[in-house]
Amino acid sequence: MNASVPDAAVQQQFDDAPQQKDAAVLGMWAFIATEVLFFGVLFAAYVVCRFRFPLAFVAGSARLDFPMGTAETAILLTSGCLSAIALRQIQLDKARQSAVLLLVTALLGIAFLVLHGMEYHDEFKEGLIPGIRYLENGPGAHEMELFFSLYYVTTGFHSLHVLIGVVLLLIMAARTWRGTFGAHYHTPIEITGLYWSLVDIVWIFAYPAFYLVGGAG
Amino acid sequence: MNAAVTSADAESMGSGYLVEGGRTLWSWLSTRDHKRIGILYAVAITTFFFMGGVAATLIRLNLIYPDGRMLSAETYNKTFTFHGVVMVWFFLIPSIPATLGNFLLPLMIGARDMAFPRLNLFSWYLYMVGGLFTVAALLLGGVDTGWTFYTPYSTMFSNSNVILVVVGVFVVGFSSILTGLNLIVTTHMMRAPGMHWYRLPLFVWAMYATSVVMMLATPVLAMTLSLIGLERLAGVGIFDPALGGDPILFQHFFWFYSHPAVYIMILPAMGVVSELICNGVHRKIFGYKFMAWSMLSIAFIGFLVWGHHMFVAGQSMYAGIVFSILSFVVAVPSAIKVFNWLTTLHKGTIDFHAPMIYALGFIGLFTLGGMTGLFLAAVALDVNLTDTYFVVAHFHYIMVGGSVMAYLGGIHYWWPKVTGRMYSETIARIAAVLMFVGFNLTFFPQYILGYEGMPRRYHQYLPQFQDLNILSSIGACVLAISYLMPLFYLGHSLFRGEAAGPNPWQATGLEWTTSSPPPEHNFHETPVVTHGPYEYCD
Repeated sequence: MNASVPDAAVQQQFDDAPQQKDAAVLGMWAFIATEVLFFGVLFAAYVVCRFRFPLAFVAGSARLDFPMGTAETAILLTSGCLSAIALRQIQLDKARQSAVLLLVTALLGIAFLVLHGMEYHDEFKEGLIPGIRYLENGPGAHEMELFFSLYYVTTGFHSLHVLIGVVLLLIMAARTWRGTFGAHYHTPIEITGLYWSLVDIVWIFAYPAFYLVGGAG
Repeated sequence: MNAAVTSADAESMGSGYLVEGGRTLWSWLSTRDHKRIGILYAVAITTFFFMGGVAATLIRLNLIYPDGRMLSAETYNKTFTFHGVVMVWFFLIPSIPATLGNFLLPLMIGARDMAFPRLNLFSWYLYMVGGLFTVAALLLGGVDTGWTFYTPYSTMFSNSNVILVVVGVFVVGFSSILTGLNLIVTTHMMRAPGMHWYRLPLFVWAMYATSVVMMLATPVLAMTLSLIGLERLAGVGIFDPALGGDPILFQHFFWFYSHPAVYIMILPAMGVVSELICNGVHRKIFGYKFMAWSMLSIAFIGFLVWGHHMFVAGQSMYAGIVFSILSFVVAVPSAIKVFNWLTTLHKGTIDFHAPMIYALGFIGLFTLGGMTGLFLAAVALDVNLTDTYFVVAHFHYIMVGGSVMAYLGGIHYWWPKVTGRMYSETIARIAAVLMFVGFNLTFFPQYILGYEGMPRRYHQYLPQFQDLNILSSIGACVLAISYLMPLFYLGHSLFRGEAAGPNPWQATGLEWTTSSPPPEHNFHETPVVTHGPYEYCD
């Protein structure tokens, strides 16, 4: 019923544009609350396992590629900053700059995924992937496998979120370039930016939890 | 408020949202109208209810004889697993929020639709996809883990259909999260002019509290079930003791969702019953603010009590004591609600129409279920009663005696609004009374069985328990008849019922000010609210 209504228009259930915008933003915040609990399970499991096997977590962390993880962190945080500037630009009605910034944000997201893929590839060669190719033996190997289990599930779900974010950012960049958004209407950019901040923040917790255990580096 | 919109008195099956927007099947399957989506849910959950009911019937038939001659141990396990999974995730969780909540919440707050109509439809499709996975697992041979999927049995021993069911529940979980999100944003953003928070009907408060639980608890279940799937598929060993993982950790995560899930089932029922009781005595609710805040407190405290499912699972004694005390605390807001309902009724002139009979049945059964919950919250008693039929009886009193009674009461009460037609009051009263009798006959003997030590989840039992089991199975037959009856007389009313008019119960509330069935966008003009709900006395 609403499909043919142009994006900028107010859908029939809302009284006016501010109400529609507030609803969209609140909806995204509520969704972020859900996501926090979703990832929260993994961090809770992390705390339990690390409390039980502190040494295995230090040993596992030492096997991760610290410079690579740090580069990924820098890339992701930069992209988060750019998405915030993109929002500012569209608020100032500078659609072209905003579109370019959104595109660069998406490209940085892709760079993050590529680097992380390279990490996964190296770990596969080293035999550090539980259940698929895990070649560690000897004392502490099982406990370290637990570390890698958590690492893969957490970073795997996080990467999935990055991928979804990249797709959203590319769509937003294209629509902004075509002139769909401007100072008067840019809610989709705002809520995409909110989502992208969630992706950032999950990584801000995951990075130290996995790469910085026991002064690794 | 009652005086508004009486002109459109030619309401019948062929009017309002039921025809506006198209009469084709596709117009229903692609609708964004919250009222139509509510009906899509109602049809779907009714189907699942009877599927789960067939499983329950098999269980009760098998338990007529102590030697379990009808179902083998393995088939029995698969039957109660199917019963549990379907009834919890595909009936109880979506029952009131996704049908009545969807249909009524925008009407009650004076909105034209939910905040996110497309997301609302998407939630329904997620529900159906989750249902397909679960039914597929049944057709491929079933799952025998119980609805709780305890590790390491579910990850290391049971068959691979576990993955299908886990995916099904994961998907339906997101349906529930998105429904909760939609209800929350709608309540915050879409209220009509003058409808401030303390003018909301208690049903809306109940939906709000439920939605908070849905949004904060369900993702925990989603991730936990993902970990089970990944453990089976890829050997991720967070719950695997062989790797140093912890099966008890699974129980913590599972109950962190599944205890609040009980409140997803009972809070909406409390909301429905509050509406039904006020209308049944035509009085203002006693202690409105206490009623509203007690629902939010139940939602909040409900997050802190999950450990009472694990008193014998090896958690520390001190954790057990803390969880026990917190579980007693939940009883306080619940008791506030029961006392306020009773005070609302006190010295009132009670109209015993069918919805009211369901509501009164709810109060009795919920109170009994809640009181026996206190037995189970006491560690010393629970050690004796856990894993017996006492527990089975307790949670069926809450979920069936509580939630299902309220759901059916709500269906009857708002039926004229949904369809524009009345049902046969006499036969509806008979069904409601029969349900109360059948329910008690089925489940009260199980309290005694549990107290005497009959364990749950076995297809056989000691011969001394046979008499009470037969009584329980007879009760189940009565209950089955009382569940089938509404299908017929409500179905009949769809085509032959007399026109209801906008407000057949002389009720307050915005949903009764519009025509029955309501027009596509609910109100011909946006209502303006000038006073609180339940202005019956003035």
